[in-house]
Amino acid sequence: MSDIMTATEGSSPVEGPRYAIGIDLGTTNSVLSYVDLQQPDLLPGEAPAVHILPIPQLVAPGSVEDLPQLPSFQYIAHEAELNEGDLVLPWTNQPAAIVGTIARQLGQKTPMRLVASAKSWLCHGGVDRHAAFLPIGSPEEVSKTSPLQATYQYLCHLRDAWNQAQPEHPFASQAITVTIPASFDPVARELTAEAAGMAGIENLNLLEEPMAAVYSWVQSNGEEWRSQVAVGDVILVVDIGGGTTDLSLVAVAEEDGSLVLNRIAVGEHILLGGDNMDLALAYRVKAKLAAEGKELAGWQIQAITQACRDAKEALLSDNDTEAVPIVVPSRGSKLLGGTLRAELTRQEVSETLVEGFFASVAVDELPRQTRRSALTQRGLPYAQDPAVTRHLAAFLSRQQGANSDAGAEDFDPLAAADPLAGAAAHSFIKPTAILLNGGVLKAPRVVERLQAVINHWLTEADAAPAKLLSGIDLDLAVARGASYFGHVRQGKGVRIRGGLAHAYYVGIESSMPAVPGMEPPLEALCIAPFGMEEGTEAAPESGEFGLVVGEPVHFRFFSSSTRRQDAVGARLESWSDDELVELPEIQVTLPAEEPRAGEVVMVRLVARVTEVGTLALEAVAVDGGAEARTWKVELDVRNTGAASTAE
Amino acid sequence: MELDFNTFSQSPLVVDLLHFLLAGLVVIFAVLWLVARAKMQVLSSAAAAAEQAPKPAPVAPAAAPAPAPLQTAKPDSALQLLALLQHEARFVDFIHEDLAGFADAEIGAVARVVHEGSKKVLHDYFTIAPLRGESEESTITVAAGFDPATVRLTGNVVGQAPFTGTLIHRGWEAQAVKLPRIADGHNTAIIAPAEVEL
Repeated sequence: MSDIMTATEGSSPVEGPRYAIGIDLGTTNSVLSYVDLQQPDLLPGEAPAVHILPIPQLVAPGSVEDLPQLPSFQYIAHEAELNEGDLVLPWTNQPAAIVGTIARQLGQKTPMRLVASAKSWLCHGGVDRHAAFLPIGSPEEVSKTSPLQATYQYLCHLRDAWNQAQPEHPFASQAITVTIPASFDPVARELTAEAAGMAGIENLNLLEEPMAAVYSWVQSNGEEWRSQVAVGDVILVVDIGGGTTDLSLVAVAEEDGSLVLNRIAVGEHILLGGDNMDLALAYRVKAKLAAEGKELAGWQIQAITQACRDAKEALLSDNDTEAVPIVVPSRGSKLLGGTLRAELTRQEVSETLVEGFFASVAVDELPRQTRRSALTQRGLPYAQDPAVTRHLAAFLSRQQGANSDAGAEDFDPLAAADPLAGAAAHSFIKPTAILLNGGVLKAPRVVERLQAVINHWLTEADAAPAKLLSGIDLDLAVARGASYFGHVRQGKGVRIRGGLAHAYYVGIESSMPAVPGMEPPLEALCIAPFGMEEGTEAAPESGEFGLVVGEPVHFRFFSSSTRRQDAVGARLESWSDDELVELPEIQVTLPAEEPRAGEVVMVRLVARVTEVGTLALEAVAVDGGAEARTWKVELDVRNTGAASTAE
Repeated sequence: MELDFNTFSQSPLVVDLLHFLLAGLVVIFAVLWLVARAKMQVLSSAAAAAEQAPKPAPVAPAAAPAPAPLQTAKPDSALQLLALLQHEARFVDFIHEDLAGFADAEIGAVARVVHEGSKKVLHDYFTIAPLRGESEESTITVAAGFDPATVRLTGNVVGQAPFTGTLIHRGWEAQAVKLPRIADGHNTAIIAPAEVEL
């Protein structure tokens, strides 16, 4: 802490944040990193040191430990379950919520009181994300929380941990970056920002996780990164976390003589990750035990899942281990006699994980949609096809045009090489480098397979194999990149240009005579074009709606991750199914002020990408001139009924 | 506890005196007698080190009343370690088992649970390193002024330093101990709560 003293006494009475804080708000673990923005003796262009904050958290009743990760779980305890004093944290005797390791521990044995995967629920358009319905499926007696509230509680814990460690530099006044999946829809982004605001964060930025991984790569390589990639390179970022797989493409371009990075495409929200893999192995072991006539209880499967998690790392490394024993001790105090023993072999792990999740597929294969695997759980829209490689192939194929209009008009080696491949060949965007992130990709055999599959696609298409970029910490890179981003935002270091990774549309029903059996044709009006940057506004020239004052009006809302060419105001009369994805509808209500109820006001929908990184829509009165009245368009329309959790 | 073994070789008078002084210690360590069998070294150094963490030197804490050269370690950190070993490694369960009548294969399966869990506890809460970097069974020289607490001379102990001999065991040192912090009034005597499934 001595360096802080000298710095504040020093020559810089600069107001503003002292630290850039990066928060990786993960589906299963959260991490907080920070960068000293006033770090002295930093050479020009040199990347600052990134630190990880040890997070004090309860690990058992009455027992507090400092750990680098805060498990993103909340436990709703029964009033008789814990003693007073069991929940003491360094900063409070009575925390508002039980989060972190203790929540996960208690929840393992009492899952109906455990709130998990709040982040996935935050991006689930089928539910009211403000509604308190978690833990899902628990009895009425268990008090419920919402995905938003749970997210807020994790942020509060991180905030309090920071304030305790750095009392002179309060959390609220630091520059804070919270990471989100690249595939988060506008509502999930807004809700994350809302939770951050509730936790007192004023100076907030949202950053996509794959971009954070790239920032971490830049930071850890220093100036060296410029020699690892060249103009025209397309970096494929594959981030496989515990619960989600996130894909992005980053192009390397040149601007004013130096290299710049542009994020040119993001993938869909794929609920598929390391947890699915552990579960798949557990079911494999279960089947083996069942063949021996041993039936397993739920808690044993859970214990096997845990054991498989550790075993998989040993079996996927390049060593001679052929089999790892999976031992599940009895729950009672008698260990001998009640202990279950099975074995997981290299062959089985290879079949289940490498072949199951990273199958060698052709680049024109699409994820299977029909068959529901045994791994899905009630509620969340888990990916139905477990093959990451198939999702990857679909992503690369869908984004084949991503690089052509990303500002690289001057020279594009990929486009130049492409026409020779001929129209008969399946076309896809050809990455020249791969950056991997996420704990799953610690396993060398998985990495080998993933690389082999991608390179097979590339060589088939007469492209050079992609090289693997290295040098990031697979567990902490997102958090590290996020705090480094805070440093970059001060104008230091290379910034990855992002902007909207989707174009957004509202649906307009054409007025035409009703035809039985036919829905009225729908037109899509582009209100926010692809690549719109933070802090800009789309000014539509057309697209007027008559809104009735005092009555809520709903619009159908769509997004596209591929239609880069549509400008604001563009009207689409037809589109293919995979071009536009329908989002939950949006709503605008013109409050019935004055004696105007029932009156019709002509408005245009104006989109703005905020500095924070969220999308804001407003209805602006057309004939208002300079002081036109505006009304907020709700992206997150709250259902009046109960949360409609499918199934 | 090594004191016990050493003192047995001396005169009965000394044994009585020492036992008198050790009475308090023995009561507390009775709780730990099972642990002492296998984990004695770890425990005693943990208890001592935890007392005065983060300093690594495994010496008894200061501020002792003048006449008493021995101190009673507080049981909290020892009990805390037992709870951790029980939680992660089912340690207390395992030691309480009667191994007679079970095949080695069965015991082996359980031993994996105990080994993996104990390893996790040692790794997570202690930084343990060998005292000597040389390989065992090699000939090493012990310079003058060495600390007898870190190097024990055995066998033909005659003459003056430097001593030359065979390194039998590299020794272990707990360089850091970082046990979880416990809430005031938390009952550390509960190594594992009874579990009732509803």
